Amino acid sequence: MSSMTVGLPLTWRRIPERYNLIGSECEICHTKYFPVRRICPQCRRKGKMKEVKLSGKGKVYSYTRIYAPPSGFELDAPYMIAIIELEEGPRLTAQVEDCNARDVKIGTPVEMIFRKIQEDGKEGLIHYGFKFKTVSGTSHILQE
Amino acid sequence: MSCLIGLRNCDYMVGIVGYGVHIPRYRIKVEEIARIWGDDGGGIKDSLGIIEKSVPGMDEDAATFAVEASRNAVHYSGVEPKRINAIFVGSESHPYAVKPTATIVAEAIGATPHLTAVDMQFACKAGTTAIQCCMGMCSSEMIEYGLGIGTDISQGRPGDALEYSAGAGAAAFIIGRKNVIAEIEGTCSYTTDTPDFWRRPGMDFPSHGGRFTGEPAYFKHTVNASKELMEKLGLKPSDFDYAVFHQPNGKFPLQVAKILQIDVGKVKQGLMTPLIGNTYSAASLIGLASVLDVAKPGSRILLTSFGSGAGSDSFSIVVTDKILEKKGYNRTVIQFVGDKEYLDYGLYVKQKRKLKTL
Repeated sequence: MSSMTVGLPLTWRRIPERYNLIGSECEICHTKYFPVRRICPQCRRKGKMKEVKLSGKGKVYSYTRIYAPPSGFELDAPYMIAIIELEEGPRLTAQVEDCNARDVKIGTPVEMIFRKIQEDGKEGLIHYGFKFKTVSGTSHILQE
Repeated sequence: MSCLIGLRNCDYMVGIVGYGVHIPRYRIKVEEIARIWGDDGGGIKDSLGIIEKSVPGMDEDAATFAVEASRNAVHYSGVEPKRINAIFVGSESHPYAVKPTATIVAEAIGATPHLTAVDMQFACKAGTTAIQCCMGMCSSEMIEYGLGIGTDISQGRPGDALEYSAGAGAAAFIIGRKNVIAEIEGTCSYTTDTPDFWRRPGMDFPSHGGRFTGEPAYFKHTVNASKELMEKLGLKPSDFDYAVFHQPNGKFPLQVAKILQIDVGKVKQGLMTPLIGNTYSAASLIGLASVLDVAKPGSRILLTSFGSGAGSDSFSIVVTDKILEKKGYNRTVIQFVGDKEYLDYGLYVKQKRKLKTL
């Protein structure tokens, strides 16, 4: 197997979560999770999980700026990465794009956007998925 | 030869149910490009009628553009994505040579799996042809809703005249028979084999015929398609409240309006190229979206695209009362245009990956 096809099935399986923020909701306690969970940690064997599409709206819970990126992200650096707390409760980690670094603060409202995450070289797969952009940043610019 | 899909005698209206656009937030000024190549920036700005152009982010391509525009269109329309049974994506910059952009869009808007989807290419007019395909399938009741998209990250060789105009953007239109915000009265096309602009496989940048792209290509096809549409629908230039033409620069659409004896003031609302450059497959469709952002019920819009190679699709579109219910559902084209950050030429080269090592 060539290097460009390593992880292909994994990428394919994760399309629903990466494209559309498909997570889980426990029908008993109504807690929502991301990514998908098979068992509710609170209700355990009494829990009943179903898939749910999360809104993609949330706020910055914490953030940092990456100057020494991992392989595949060299051209993006420096870039913002944040823990996003979604409106429905789950937290996830994602890049924050289309903003000035000074616009990203704890509590900044953000919304999901669809972007390229990584490319497997010039011949391999292009991986797409969620990133986030600041909502306040956009509004601020529009008011100028 | 040309053809006309006339829909006036149908029991229902085939038209636009929703629309959405995406324009990246990065811009580079014409003067900044001219500074690098020792050209007269002011002169080029005046001759092309372009002030600045849009530039994609490092992580954007024609597929991400198409998804963002389509999500905006779905939101605007309120249509359940599973009821979209066909997706056509027109672009000359599909991210894969083999693997459809349309499947990425279908998955990302939640329309899979019961639909047909395909990518299209006809230089700058594949987006309007995508809409014609949706119209045909809707009017024959093969599908309930179709999604036609024009999306492009156009390329211009460094130092070439195209580098001043090649922009980036997308527009998506949901076509259906019910709850249309604008009825498509009719459409016709004018197509010939005219080699004015092309890109061979594996090449990074297109080649073009310079001035040959004007008279025998852009003007001939745009004018003839528009005239034929008016003739077959029995309409006069004065019957239109707005006119949107393909806009490779800021001047050609105004010249076409004069040839067709359409008041150039009717072209201004749909003329976005001066501020975002030529967005290729999206260019005339972003112009149409800008008109729909402000159009009132009863307004009649002439839309004529042009794709090198060469051909034009012309449409007569009449806005319905339904548009009033949708005001404020989406960011307007003008809001996208106003949300911007300027790049210098160095960052532009990095972001467009114009160096082979990137």
